[in-house]
Amino acid sequence: MLTLSLNNESRELPDNTSLQEAIEHWGMVEDKLAAAVNGEFVPRSHYSNFKLSDGDLVDLVKPVGGG
Amino acid sequence: MNECKDSPFSLYGETLASRFVLGTALYPSPQSMKDSIAASGTAMVTLSLRRQNPQQQDGDTFWQYIRESGCRLLPNTAGCKTPKEAINLAEMSRELFETEWLKLEVIGDDYNLQPCPFGLVEAAAELVKRGFKVLPYTTDDLVLAQKLLDVGCEVLMPWGAPIGTGQGLLNRYNLRTLRERLPDVPLIVDAGLGAPSQAAEAMEMGFDGILLNTAVAKASDPVLMARAFAGAIDSGRMAFLAGLIQKSQTASPSTPTLGQPFWHQS
Repeated sequence: MLTLSLNNESRELPDNTSLQEAIEHWGMVEDKLAAAVNGEFVPRSHYSNFKLSDGDLVDLVKPVGGG
Repeated sequence: MNECKDSPFSLYGETLASRFVLGTALYPSPQSMKDSIAASGTAMVTLSLRRQNPQQQDGDTFWQYIRESGCRLLPNTAGCKTPKEAINLAEMSRELFETEWLKLEVIGDDYNLQPCPFGLVEAAAELVKRGFKVLPYTTDDLVLAQKLLDVGCEVLMPWGAPIGTGQGLLNRYNLRTLRERLPDVPLIVDAGLGAPSQAAEAMEMGFDGILLNTAVAKASDPVLMARAFAGAIDSGRMAFLAGLIQKSQTASPSTPTLGQPFWHQS
């Protein structure tokens, strides 16, 4: 089992989970979002091959108002 | 603006129909934001990216209204304090918003949200190399402005005052210096404006555009304030094109003195 952070909240996932599978597991697959893991941008085309590790810090961000 | 012939407002080779760039945060509701965008006549809006958890769906209306506005998008890197943070957020924005345009913010001080000059230049240089069209949010410092141009920025956005303060043009000398020394660079006064008169003054000084958010979004009536700023920006631009008179210490009568009645040579 992996213990990692999604948007600064602790989450658990099965071992060998890809970023794509994690996004599906969290019910965010339909969302307009962008991703970073441990502060590094992960392009959408890499989600399926990007294997998450224990302790990873996952950021999934969506559009918000800004100045 | 129909009353006079103006040069186009061109940034990175693209012409925008309005010199007013509007932020999309802090409105009382998504509907208020939508109506304010329409009232402002803006052609480009700023926006950002933030963490949202699966349960939160309140951003969907926001994004729908933004898309429906038809405005060009200018994502920002607000809140970033290092070049690394800004570059990663920029990459996320480029993918999600499908634009290379970027309002680059690298903040150096939490108290006044002043841009970090060193981080700003470092991040701008890397982002230009990666193909971004960078519009840096910068101070009114001339040398910093020149360094940003040196690394490939084609537009600069000096502050009027710290973000959200509504204090207007705090350092007119520096702003005038920027305008005079960089006559061919598009300069947009970004942040710190509170009143339409302040936006008009910046435009009268020859700045090319205005970017603001708080002064509209936090007004009692944001839609009306958006219209007020749009009018002020147009008026200021027309005044700049028309040419302001020179200030004088002594009075000069506007009504002809020739033919003055009741006047007799003594």
